[in-house]
Amino acid sequence: MQYLSDNQNSMETIKLTIDNKEIEVPKGTTILKAAKELGIDIPTLCYMHLEDMNIENKPAGCRICVAEVEGRRNLAPSCSTNCEERMVVKTHTTRVLNARRTVMEFILSDHPKDCLICAKSGNCELQSMAHRLGIREIPGSEYAEMSTYREDTSPSIIRDLDKCIMCRRCEMMCNEVQTVGALSAINRGFMATVAPAFEQNLEHSTCTYCGQCVAVCPTGALTEVNHVPNVLRALADSTKTVIVQTAPAVRVALGEEFGLAPGTLVTGKMTAALRALGFDYVFDTDFAADLTIMEEGTELLDRLSRHLKGDTTARLPILTSCCPGWVNFFEYYFPDLKDVPSTAKSPQQMFGAIAKSYFAEKIGINRKDLVVISIMPCLAKKYECQRDEFSVDGNPDVDYSISTRELASFIKQANIDIKNLHDEEFDSPLGESTGAGVIFGTTGGVIEAACRTAYELYTGKKLERIDFTELRGMEGVRETTLDFNGTPINIGIAHGLGNARKLLNDVRSGKSKYHAIEVMACPGGCIGGGGQPLHHGNSEIIKARAAAIYAEDKNKPLRKSHENPFIIKLYEEFLGKPNSEKAHHLLHTQYFDKKKKIIIKH
Amino acid sequence: MSHIKIDLRKEDVDFIKGVCASYNNDTQELINVLHSCQEHFGYLPAEVQEVVSEGLNVPVAKVYGVVTFYSFFTMTPKGKHPISICLGTACYVRGAEKVLDEFKKELGIQVGESTQDNKFSLSSLRCVGACGLAPVVLVGDKTYGRVAPDDVKGILKEYE
Repeated sequence: MQYLSDNQNSMETIKLTIDNKEIEVPKGTTILKAAKELGIDIPTLCYMHLEDMNIENKPAGCRICVAEVEGRRNLAPSCSTNCEERMVVKTHTTRVLNARRTVMEFILSDHPKDCLICAKSGNCELQSMAHRLGIREIPGSEYAEMSTYREDTSPSIIRDLDKCIMCRRCEMMCNEVQTVGALSAINRGFMATVAPAFEQNLEHSTCTYCGQCVAVCPTGALTEVNHVPNVLRALADSTKTVIVQTAPAVRVALGEEFGLAPGTLVTGKMTAALRALGFDYVFDTDFAADLTIMEEGTELLDRLSRHLKGDTTARLPILTSCCPGWVNFFEYYFPDLKDVPSTAKSPQQMFGAIAKSYFAEKIGINRKDLVVISIMPCLAKKYECQRDEFSVDGNPDVDYSISTRELASFIKQANIDIKNLHDEEFDSPLGESTGAGVIFGTTGGVIEAACRTAYELYTGKKLERIDFTELRGMEGVRETTLDFNGTPINIGIAHGLGNARKLLNDVRSGKSKYHAIEVMACPGGCIGGGGQPLHHGNSEIIKARAAAIYAEDKNKPLRKSHENPFIIKLYEEFLGKPNSEKAHHLLHTQYFDKKKKIIIKH
Repeated sequence: MSHIKIDLRKEDVDFIKGVCASYNNDTQELINVLHSCQEHFGYLPAEVQEVVSEGLNVPVAKVYGVVTFYSFFTMTPKGKHPISICLGTACYVRGAEKVLDEFKKELGIQVGESTQDNKFSLSSLRCVGACGLAPVVLVGDKTYGRVAPDDVKGILKEYE
């Protein structure tokens, strides 16, 4: 007998029987969860529960998880049916197995049969379920009509709604978790699907490209735009020097695509693989993260000290601005607060700007012959590097961004046996980073990195404790007050745009008490990004990646951005000092009002 | 889906915002708000939906989702005389499809469309609950029972 801790408040428990096994569970437990405790894994399709993030999708729509309940005429969806006293449940009678097969056949009868060339093949929950259920034919497929829709490509996300099974996960993420509301279920019956308003293209909606819809889609309906062919072309072009930068969140997840356990750190192997792919220089976005801290930390301290002196023009709180999904969000929903976020560019973009100026000069190459590729856990980065302001005379600072998933595919295509490569190091000078740069990959990491530097620069004292554990964790909104040698600094942290909205509403109404707020659009931070290996609903994977990030940080000899000797050199040789005219021109940006306006005819 | 673009005048926007306010800008009142707006404008073009979205603080995708879910809501203007043919079970087995085909032929339009002069529009319905009169056709508020394909010309003549 097992006790579940789902419902701590009500200690009222229920005894029931599942597959002839007795179990006692707290009131409110579903059949699905109770069965799991007994080691019975009832198959599910639309159901998804990211437990550590409090995100649950249970529309009871697919009917795959049905089970027989004695005394009930119809089969019950186990994900949404609560256990009752003396209930007798059977999870694999002939009736259940037949029903489940029939449900599956119906779903597949209106689904394209292109597994061989689908981007999700091998990683598709529908495909896995068809395999698990032993489907060998789809009755009526010779004459059955299929519901087809116009395909839609945006800078980051491809929508192929022929493959949608109406699980509603994307709609739930977009509306309930991210509160962006770009997607909604539309129409009814056969033509029911999920689309942006007026079935316009995603790029004309309020989509922020956070990619959380892609991260949870069980089929090939939502996938990322694939830039691997562009990267391949650049590598094959002998007139180009191709540089790659890798985000921190990539190295703690890439291994999963090759069967390694979640949270396995593959930094050295990733670097070796990138070199084997033919990149001329393998650099590290973490270097640019250290640079971001220098610029943003300076900005924070400037606003803070002016504020403490009574300067009312000093805008607080300062908001982090490295997340392009988050930037899109506040440009759509909070353009009135455009002057609140930091003006610092993201590490990806700072890297591109420095690579195509400082580094290009160093190796004597024209920026037009330099191609900068980024490997990101993120789909919004594909959009970010195309923003007009991030280019010089039409030449972008970052040419293409590819996701962790695309990199894994590329490595497989190139026959590189990554698991057996010897660890290699990043190249210099844009590959050297401190632990503060690494922790950018997880929620709380950016602000912790900023505090490590801000504390020492503000107080002039050395930090006794480098690990700001009070800033860490998975709760959606976190807050703490740090003591900067007598000055209390209030920090707010949000991950998931819905949580960010809460903090922004307070900033707008003047109620916000924070000096600095870190926002990451994706639940978990970048480690849970839209371009990462799919978690298929298991939040333990995200937690394992976070643990690996902090482990890499701890093992670094240098853990504060301002101590990075190559950053110090960059300022001495090239930029002068943080927010110098040159630094401001290369490393800072502005934001735009993208709020949808009602047009009135006069 | 043919999307008509319209220009909203200030009084149109004020009307919609007024309706939203009369329901306390309550998100849950979306359907009631859409009813009032459709009654006023005759249909619910995208521009109207955008104002409703702003007035009730509901994502415009959701407004569109509700509009497309319910067959009563329409994004294209109905004709002066909206024709609805019931395709419910009783009407269907008594030949409603042939009646529909005859209307299509006589008017030269498909289901969901209006004639060029906007005089007639055609839509199909599910059961209206007058099965004893099957096949049933509604033109505006008038109900026609036991309609045969041969009756169609005569019905249309009434609205000349």
